[in-house]
Amino acid sequence: MRTVIFRTIAPYLAALMVLFSIFVLLRGHNEPGGGFIGGLIAASAFAIYGIACGVAAVRRAITFHPMSISAAGLFLAGLSGLPSLFTGQPFMTSQWWYVHMLGVEVPLSTPLFFDIGVYLVVVGSISSIALALEERESD
Amino acid sequence: MAASDYSVDLSQAMRMDAVPPGDWLMIAPLVITILGGALCLMARKNTDSQPKIAIIFLTLLVLACAGLLARVLDKGVLTMVAGNWLPPFGIAFTVDAMGATLALTSSIVALAAAVFGINDIDSSGRRYGFYPFLLLLMTGVCGAFLTGDIFNLYVWFEVLLISSFGLLVLGNERAQLDGAVKYALLNIIATTLFLIATGLLYGILGTLNMADIARKTASSGVDGPLMTVAVLYFLAFAMKAAAFPVNFWLPASYHTPRIVVAAVFAGLLTKVGVYALLRIFGLLMPEARLVLSDLIAVVAIATMLTGVIGALAQTDLRRLLGYLVISGIGSMLAGLAMGTGPAMAGAIFYAVHSILVMTALYMTAGVMRGLGGSYSLRELGGLYRASPLLAAAFLMLAFAVSGLPPFSGFWPKVLLVDAALRDGHGWIAGAILLTGLLTTIAVGRVWIYAFWRGGAEGTADGQLTASLAVPREVGGAAVWMPIALLLGLVVIIGLQPEFMMQVAQRGASTLVEPLGYLRSVFGDIVQ
Repeated sequence: MRTVIFRTIAPYLAALMVLFSIFVLLRGHNEPGGGFIGGLIAASAFAIYGIACGVAAVRRAITFHPMSISAAGLFLAGLSGLPSLFTGQPFMTSQWWYVHMLGVEVPLSTPLFFDIGVYLVVVGSISSIALALEERESD
Repeated sequence: MAASDYSVDLSQAMRMDAVPPGDWLMIAPLVITILGGALCLMARKNTDSQPKIAIIFLTLLVLACAGLLARVLDKGVLTMVAGNWLPPFGIAFTVDAMGATLALTSSIVALAAAVFGINDIDSSGRRYGFYPFLLLLMTGVCGAFLTGDIFNLYVWFEVLLISSFGLLVLGNERAQLDGAVKYALLNIIATTLFLIATGLLYGILGTLNMADIARKTASSGVDGPLMTVAVLYFLAFAMKAAAFPVNFWLPASYHTPRIVVAAVFAGLLTKVGVYALLRIFGLLMPEARLVLSDLIAVVAIATMLTGVIGALAQTDLRRLLGYLVISGIGSMLAGLAMGTGPAMAGAIFYAVHSILVMTALYMTAGVMRGLGGSYSLRELGGLYRASPLLAAAFLMLAFAVSGLPPFSGFWPKVLLVDAALRDGHGWIAGAILLTGLLTTIAVGRVWIYAFWRGGAEGTADGQLTASLAVPREVGGAAVWMPIALLLGLVVIIGLQPEFMMQVAQRGASTLVEPLGYLRSVFGDIVQ
């Protein structure tokens, strides 16, 4: 698998895929997409990078252990249900904030943070499995 | 897209009245355990801080569940619908006295297990996730006890099942993998049956909300298709609860994991299955229960007797206790078979008692192994001399599990036998009493061999083998505190049963007379 072409292309491809996964994550509220599919795209980016340049390079690149990324996602998703406590509504009722940034109105919401949590859980767990499998192969 | 673009009458789709902050106690057990589990997972490498995080969050869990129970006893059945969508479309959490009591008992057991785990789980076990799995297991257990939606119940079953797989293989020994395969396969079959039954139920009734199902089956009656669903549910949850004849997975797997894991499993997992049976046949389909009651009674008696006879035949302490877990399940099913208010109260009370006692017994077995070096009754001996305190603890738990006064096992058996005799179910009463006698003999064997006999098999009476004359170290407060906590509850419930009686009767009355449950979900429109 480690041909020159693949090794040269893989980092760019992985970077593009991660970028695309974030795009898919953010458009997910009203259009096809979302945290789960975005997370899968990002995890496959890490998998491709791992096949091309080795698992160690991926682990260095993502800094945290994939399992910790998963846990952080779960934590974020859990927290995203809590803000409605302060508005007298039940758990997980969506809350919206309309923020003006650079002259554009950006709607932020608790479902967005829940989706980011899902994204991180999927990225973490799938790449944890993928990296473990790739590691075996290279032994 | 600004909010002002829309003007929709939300009162058609949503509950608009404010939710009192106290109602958040319903969801608190889930939030606490998920957040705590995630934190423990992030601290995976830091094996020293994990127990601290887990114990803090599990203490919060106990407080939240206690607050929830107090609120349920004060205000009646509580309902919270996620995102405020009107039931039956919004996913409802509906908490009655039975759910809150079992959640509180389970959380106390989990806290005890977290403390016991400090000593029992080494740093590699912690790195592989004992504490995150324990907390997420509690998410599943509490979710199952508190939810008011049958598909949601399935989701919580999955959560607790997956966490339990992780706990079961912790340590990665050959026997554990063997046990885990049997456990996983049979539980996945049961869960799949549960899912199929839920799909059929949705196809027939068009709803998944428990209160709505109860309302619809009460008006439509139970016909052929619904009976099929009921039988599927009975099979699925009988497997989960380890009822005869689908209980062989339990003795095949419960003796393999670390003792604290076995303790948590023995305490919690089968009782979630019993809870689901009580909920479905008590609240959702009472008519199906009437049709099946003879079958349930036969299954209950067979479970009781095969369980305790299995316990009599075992020489491995953990396997023996596994069979006693099964035998207890039979007593709870007997309550369901009779189905009257007092009988259901007996079943709920028995579940609480069994959660506390079985966990404490497994933990005690762990200490016995620490002192005597084995789980085998052939090799144990001289423990009375080694630790009189342990002997006293074991004797009390043995009395409790046999249903002898003045411990917690006595009262639920009184309720059940009394209910059985009142309704003319002499066979059930006889089976419960016979099981009590046989259980006494089974635990009496352990007492005689492990505590009275001076050493391993073959030691003459009055002799003491030298190696046991010197007490070994068993682990200090982390070992004794959880056992003392559970034992204390067993004794207090035994001596002061009024509170538990009241709570169990409140829980049973919701099942027998579900009007309060329905009103809590649908408001006063329900007649």
